[in-house]
Amino acid sequence: MAGSFLGPAMQGFMVPAIQQTEELPEKRNSELEKLEIHLLLEAIYHHYGYDFREYAYASLKRRVENIRRAEGVTTISGLQEKVLHDPAAMRRFLLALTVNVTAVFRDPPFFLAFRQQVVPLLRTYPFVRIWHAGCSTGEEVYSMAILLQEEGLYDRCRIYATDMDEAVLKQAKEGIFGLDLADRYAANYSKAGGKKSFADYYTAAYGSAIFRSALKENIIFSQHNLTADSSFNEFHVILCRNVLIYFARPLQQRVHQLLYDSLAMFGILGLGSKESLQFMPQEPCYQQLEAGIKLYRRIQ
Amino acid sequence: MAYALIVVGTSWGGLSALEILLPAFPADFPLPLVVVQHRSADSGAALAAVLRRHSALAVREPEDKEAIRPGYVYIAPADYHLLIEESAFALTTDAPVGYARPSIDVLFESAADAYAERVIGVVLTGASHDGANGAAVIRAQGGLVIAQDPATAESPLMPRTVIERGAADYVLPLDEIGPFLVRLCARKPHLAPIRSARPDVDQP
Repeated sequence: MAGSFLGPAMQGFMVPAIQQTEELPEKRNSELEKLEIHLLLEAIYHHYGYDFREYAYASLKRRVENIRRAEGVTTISGLQEKVLHDPAAMRRFLLALTVNVTAVFRDPPFFLAFRQQVVPLLRTYPFVRIWHAGCSTGEEVYSMAILLQEEGLYDRCRIYATDMDEAVLKQAKEGIFGLDLADRYAANYSKAGGKKSFADYYTAAYGSAIFRSALKENIIFSQHNLTADSSFNEFHVILCRNVLIYFARPLQQRVHQLLYDSLAMFGILGLGSKESLQFMPQEPCYQQLEAGIKLYRRIQ
Repeated sequence: MAYALIVVGTSWGGLSALEILLPAFPADFPLPLVVVQHRSADSGAALAAVLRRHSALAVREPEDKEAIRPGYVYIAPADYHLLIEESAFALTTDAPVGYARPSIDVLFESAADAYAERVIGVVLTGASHDGANGAAVIRAQGGLVIAQDPATAESPLMPRTVIERGAADYVLPLDEIGPFLVRLCARKPHLAPIRSARPDVDQP
């Protein structure tokens, strides 16, 4: 009994765990796993050109482990052999490593603040270029299109929605979501200051919903890799939400420089609700519009 | 080796449980606590505000890459997974795990990866299986796992799953978990042999 080894101070309030019906997992060799992941990322970079070497380790490792299990191999070294020799496995790897799961009007207070504080600024521009960097499956892109349409601004806006993964972009372009999500999305929509009924923006059929094609008119979906490609225009608004959380600090800094270089003076940068410009060299170049909301205005 | 981090997971009934657990910790408690409480995607900062009233330690929702410091109870933000890197937090919007985001398993497994035997995992009340895998990984990596005595849990499923999995080092009534951790982490000399409490460690 474990209890008998305890000092007197501990006796009396410890109950030893006794029932054991399942085997505990084996102790992992974290250093070896780190080495294998390092080699895997180097191999992918040198063979395919995709550079994940500066991604944040904990989340990357979790994703790589999920992929390893899904591919049915027992080690990360085994996964490396598979993705190097099987381009289809590499495509699956890429998709699984890059998809972020978001929602229509994710983080409603953000969209509400955008409507109240950014829209008035945008009204002063004759033409508005918006870059949604790392748009994943597109839910937040359509949210922005809905918001701009309700504010009467959509006709003079162009939204450039980019992601590094073609498969994700294809899904974003289709603009289809599960009808089971409609209630949750409608709730988000009204909390975000929606003025009509969310159901006005999609057509439902066979358990799925597809966004109305008018919403897609001014959206340009295209492939862009934040970690490797350079700036491709100057924008009045850049949204890059919950993308940089996947990167380690040095890469975050470089991407922040790319976003800064792509943003017009007095343009607006929107980040995820738990992302911060704190400790970034670009921090002094921005002014937060409202405490607690991750909307920043470029001031220098 | 001294413990460096306490991770806590709870679901249904968790708010009341945390209101009993947290007051046990003095303001100079030497370890950071990190809590996943299952909750809806749109629940905001209210949870941290409520818990603040029950804690001498500062309570906050960490931001991405924020340093992990003692003196704080960190609450996983709604609709994100919270992970532990070597000395900082990381957040993701990966798919929910077992319908949960934040997921207890995700927090626990990443803590075990980063801190190995220096982690203490605590599983409280909850109508879920979340936390069992994570607790098993913490234990396998040499850390310590405490499950709330299911008899004292508003919803016994979650701690019971951990116990049945063989992942719990200790099963304690809710009101004794806080005082136990305070004594365990006080690093008083007479508590040093606590590691021997594990029959599989340090024993011939």
